[in-house]
Amino acid sequence: MQALFSHRLAVPLVIAALVVALSFALPSSFYLRVAALVWISAIAVIGLNLLMGYAGQVSLGHAGFFGLGAYAVAVLPAQFSLHPLLAALAGALVCGLIAFAVGRPILKLKGHYLAVATLGFGILIAMAISNESWLTGGPDGMPVSRMTLFGWRVRGAETWYWITGGLLVVGAWIAVNLVASPTGRALRALHDSEVAARVAGIDVARYKVRVFVISAVYASVAGSALALVNGFVTPETANFLHSIELVTMVVVGGMGSILGSVAGAAILVVLPQLLTTFHEYEHMLLGLMMMVIMIVLRSGIVPSLAALFQRRRK
Amino acid sequence: MAEFLQFCVSGLTVGAVYALVALGFTIIYNASDVVNFAQGEFVMIGGMATVFLTAAGVPLPLAALIAIAAAMVVGLALHRLAIEPARGASPVTLIIITIGASIFLRGLAQVVFDRQFHSLPSFSGDTPIQFGGAAILPQSFWVLAGAGIIVLALWAFFNRTLLGKAVLATAANRLAARLVGINTSFVVGFSFVVSAAIGAIAGILVTPITLTSYDIGTLLALKGFAAAMLGGMGNPLGAIVGGLAVGLLEAFGAGYLSSTYKDAIAFIVILGVLFVMPGGLFGRASVERV
Repeated sequence: MQALFSHRLAVPLVIAALVVALSFALPSSFYLRVAALVWISAIAVIGLNLLMGYAGQVSLGHAGFFGLGAYAVAVLPAQFSLHPLLAALAGALVCGLIAFAVGRPILKLKGHYLAVATLGFGILIAMAISNESWLTGGPDGMPVSRMTLFGWRVRGAETWYWITGGLLVVGAWIAVNLVASPTGRALRALHDSEVAARVAGIDVARYKVRVFVISAVYASVAGSALALVNGFVTPETANFLHSIELVTMVVVGGMGSILGSVAGAAILVVLPQLLTTFHEYEHMLLGLMMMVIMIVLRSGIVPSLAALFQRRRK
Repeated sequence: MAEFLQFCVSGLTVGAVYALVALGFTIIYNASDVVNFAQGEFVMIGGMATVFLTAAGVPLPLAALIAIAAAMVVGLALHRLAIEPARGASPVTLIIITIGASIFLRGLAQVVFDRQFHSLPSFSGDTPIQFGGAAILPQSFWVLAGAGIIVLALWAFFNRTLLGKAVLATAANRLAARLVGINTSFVVGFSFVVSAAIGAIAGILVTPITLTSYDIGTLLALKGFAAAMLGGMGNPLGAIVGGLAVGLLEAFGAGYLSSTYKDAIAFIVILGVLFVMPGGLFGRASVERV
């Protein structure tokens, strides 16, 4: 049993089983749509969790990459009639290159200085997106043309449910492999102590930049998927509050837990959907929820549950 | 030259508000290691409460005092109900809690007040004072003088009173402070109250120039945080210099370069400074508190 759970394929398989099981349980296309939004957020959160949970580096600007990915599939097909898949690929490539270029100077910073630098970086991207209205439609956002694959128009909540669910499983599978690889070990080592990691012969700066690039690509892919599902993009996808939302999902689910990333995304996507019924009290309740969850479950849901489970068995 | 002077004055005026927000950040951070992203909401509460009280017929000075008191109560509640129960949580968790508090307060303001922009009448008329070709609003002097008085009062408080020295002792070493009999929990709560009061005063002084609404807090908190980091986190002088620098950068950026990207210019300069000086302008190289 223990061996089964610690197998490298266990986490992606659990997620795949969840995707399949939910497809039977969810009653209408509205729920399938919400679930697709959960899968999309979970992809970005897994990437951010690699950076925060495993390497121990905070980013308060990851929505910037998310926004770039979203606008890539909006702008490139509209301007250069590029296929949305190629546009998403281009977006991921650009995000990776940007992360590579700014990674070294930014990740040299520590603690709150790292927080403010990533925050400023994310805000710069958000500002560029909402100010360059000739390209991006400005604050009102812009429509995304429907994707066609081999002459078949991809549409409908159920189709997107399976596509995003599949992407999530692949993303989780890549993440667990990465964590188990020498890179993953190096990241955990530098998380515990950068000095000790350096003494053990790990090029700290290179590994930090590598995981920053990987997490940026995850965010970009998630952004592209969201834009294609919604058929519309707005600058809100890139703004500061969305960055905070992603960070909250990581912490709520549990730092360094791939399953936790899915749980965190589920909570922060589904709860606001429920809160919309409270209209003008929506923001108050959202803020209250963030505070209460963080105070009660400060080490995250999945690690807290795992600890409880361990204690029960002893 | 007249243009230059004009940008200087408007930059310093806005910068003084950023400096006060950054100073609020610094006071709380030094006492408790918490980066309080709800700092901007204190500015909003000060401005909005004063606007609504004066509209209800309360004379301005009394309305301002009640608004400051309201912000102080909110500051105390924030510490007692949200920060104290989460003691020992990681810095990221604490950041999320204060951002949750800021979203909560914004939602509350939306319900208690409204979603419109509001202004206050200038304290001493709207006739601009001509100075070297630049037209200076009298309210700018109120903001600058108010900021100056607050800074002097804080300096005197921290250096001349027993309670101020207790705050400094807590900032230097919490365990040692507790060992010599300082009630550190009280000191941290007190620092929240003082920061709230500073924020509220800044909000009241600047509302006649920049207007106020329920959602001004976020951007103010971001810029105040950036200003505090620019100066070097935990350094009060750094917070003041950082705040004024961000204000001036914005004013000159908007005037000479591009008004749509005035917020961006400040952040680009901050990123540039941090790349070269990872501890901020006045920071020590060995500052690491994570």
